[in-house]
Amino acid sequence: MSAVAVEVDTAGVARRERAAAFFQRNGALVVLVLVVVAGALAFPSFATGVNLRNIAVQVSFLALIALGMTFVIISGGIDLSVGSVYALGGVLAAWASQFGLLAALALPLAVCGAIGLLNGVLIARGRLAPFIVTLATLLGARGLLLALTDEGAETFLVRDQPAFTFLGQGSLLTLGVPVIIALLAYGLGWLGLNRTRFGQAVFAVGGSEDAAVLMGLPVTRVKVWVYVLSGLLAGLAGALNAARLSSGVTILGVGLELDAIAAVILGGTLLSGGAGSLLGTLTGVLLLGVIQNLINQVGTLNSNFQSVVSGLFLVVVVVVQAWLSRTQRR
Amino acid sequence: MAEVLLEAAGVVKRFAGVLALDGVSLQLGGGEVHGLVGENGAGKSTLIKILTGVHQPDEGEVRHLGRPVRFATPLEAQQAGISTIYQEINLVPLLSVARNLFLGHEPLNRLGLIDSARLHRQAREVLGRYGLDIDVTRELRTLGVGTQQMVAIVRALTTGEARVVIMDEPTSALEPREVDTLFRVVDQLRGEGVALLYVSHRLDELYRICQRITVLRDGRMVHTGPIAELPRLKLVATMLGRDLTDVRERGLTQLEGGHVAAAAPVLTAEHLTRLHVLDDVSLTVRPGEVVGLAGLLGAGRSETLRAIAGADPLDAGGVSVGGTRVRGGSTKAAIAAGIALLPEDRKAEGIIPNLSIRDNIVLAALPRLSRAGLVSDRRADELVATFMKRLQIKASGPDQKVGELSGGNQQKVLLARWLCMEPRVLLLDEPTRGIDVGAKAEVQALVDELAEQGLGVVLVSSDLEEVVEGADRVVVLRDGAVSGTVEGDDITEDRVLALLATEGGGRDG
Repeated sequence: MSAVAVEVDTAGVARRERAAAFFQRNGALVVLVLVVVAGALAFPSFATGVNLRNIAVQVSFLALIALGMTFVIISGGIDLSVGSVYALGGVLAAWASQFGLLAALALPLAVCGAIGLLNGVLIARGRLAPFIVTLATLLGARGLLLALTDEGAETFLVRDQPAFTFLGQGSLLTLGVPVIIALLAYGLGWLGLNRTRFGQAVFAVGGSEDAAVLMGLPVTRVKVWVYVLSGLLAGLAGALNAARLSSGVTILGVGLELDAIAAVILGGTLLSGGAGSLLGTLTGVLLLGVIQNLINQVGTLNSNFQSVVSGLFLVVVVVVQAWLSRTQRR
Repeated sequence: MAEVLLEAAGVVKRFAGVLALDGVSLQLGGGEVHGLVGENGAGKSTLIKILTGVHQPDEGEVRHLGRPVRFATPLEAQQAGISTIYQEINLVPLLSVARNLFLGHEPLNRLGLIDSARLHRQAREVLGRYGLDIDVTRELRTLGVGTQQMVAIVRALTTGEARVVIMDEPTSALEPREVDTLFRVVDQLRGEGVALLYVSHRLDELYRICQRITVLRDGRMVHTGPIAELPRLKLVATMLGRDLTDVRERGLTQLEGGHVAAAAPVLTAEHLTRLHVLDDVSLTVRPGEVVGLAGLLGAGRSETLRAIAGADPLDAGGVSVGGTRVRGGSTKAAIAAGIALLPEDRKAEGIIPNLSIRDNIVLAALPRLSRAGLVSDRRADELVATFMKRLQIKASGPDQKVGELSGGNQQKVLLARWLCMEPRVLLLDEPTRGIDVGAKAEVQALVDELAEQGLGVVLVSSDLEEVVEGADRVVVLRDGAVSGTVEGDDITEDRVLALLATEGGGRDG
């Protein structure tokens, strides 16, 4: 008698679990589609090619940062330094652009990669908390930036470097170059995460570090590399943005790390590590971008409300995820 | 004996001056299952950790294929073909079965990317080799514990080309059916010439699959040899360090049996059942009675206490205090009904070392001492003074930090905390572990006194003597089920040992 009852129950549970798993992975996508449809119906100027291309370019910088952040969070860590590193990358690129395209890319990547390496070594080898370490480098990178620019008084402009500014302002096949670079990065990132031993180790380290150690995976190396990757991508995003603005703007990127984390979590990646997807992150980034654009469309609404709305979305998604993972576990 | 693949020779290990292993030697031969048994703290885990490179021996050496080796990490041991299956499953729950099986060794295609199709095919193949039919695309956590364990074992076998497999209580969470599957795999490995070290406290299993057995006690090897030459009863006696024919009467323990036990039971626990842990355990305690719970490590003693105290959920069964049913799975309900549990690990689950004796004692009683949310200091002080006197807590004063007290006095503080609540039933889990002989006698006398005052007491202790001499009735547990009860004059170490060692009778039998 009880056996039958159990069977019926498990069927229901299984269905609920599948639904829960689907929402956990694709919830942001469902919301994005709804928001885009609503936006298209409400504002005639929203679903135009120009506007959508604008959104794409605007979100591509955050997308690159969130890509690195996804690796970090899946590995069970967090990187708070990316906002500062992004701004620093921009200023370094603008300054180095006087020596040509190569320098404008190499300098920010080298410095930002080094900051990521410092994060990674302190976290993985020094066994320090990622939150504290990257909070320190957030402050450090911002300080370095202010020192380089005479407390922000000096702005480096990009002059006569068409090859470099093309990276930020140009377009190919109607798509902005930053968009193409971001898409390429996501393609490579997807392969790296899902089709390489490194990527599998990232999942394993975040899912159960003890198990990963006992399985003989290179845990320390994996942890170092995800922070290097995050630093490099933040630096690249900064350089591209400098190319777009033709200058290195010092006040950029304050709080951007939180947007990146928000996008990753909206995309269904577990903040506790071990599970997540890049497609989800990309969706989360788009969702944040579209919400901002829609609020701009309203026009009369104070643009600061964008943060309020994004925050609300985040709360809803996180609450639903927590609720779902509880049903899944039962 | 077959060729020795892995061997510990005269291994000595100290932790902070405490001798954990004292000259232990052990030889694992190919094609042989070697059982390793011992009570808590006997040194089993330490020995395994030394064999697998987690710890290094202070003296003596580990020899692999006859040559002395020093594994610096578990990985090195693994690469040498020594795989360990731990009690808890060391896989990644959020990854699929196939990914877990080949993590770090995934088949790659020409571009250096993981070949998903081949990964899944190979995963199915290796599982099939051991007669396992598991959907390799499923997330590991969605599988039963037993199946997860099989995956862990198969992983250890395939990735390391294991020649030596160490299994640390692999069956503690398995269904009988899964145990059968495991033993089939074990037999298959033995046939392939693998050396297995099998740690378990389930006697039935040991006699079913082991050829040789080694018994550790207090860090020393007290027996090693073919299991056929060691009868069950002798094995248990060896483990517990008891001489069967001559049970000594040392008179060290102070607990006295023989309390009045005619009244209606104050505690009735009926059919306590929890999957893999407890199997239909029933127990009654009358006021003034001390009921001892005996059993080997893992027999379900602490688990029974925790179940009665509402600390763990139950699948079936229930608890009544004074005839009134207590809502299950809630410590709050149990406490309200008058059940007090002194946990085994008083450091982790009981005392707060940085708080004063006073604060530690009144912690649980605060709601009773307060009016309108304010605690009356005067009443608290009175209460603390009373208990410090009654339990003879030796301290400079009520404001001394509990962390500065001796183990015995810490235990008394904990006891005082619960007595403030005026309990009707006292559950004591290893109340005298880790405290010196003098304090031990005091705690035992105290337990006696409390019973005389009409409390029902359930006493769990690994010290068989303490149980035998202190209890009015001894309930013997085996594999989570009651294997017998002895009462009154029948309570002797021999009788209890015999019940500990009985065959079958546990789950599924």
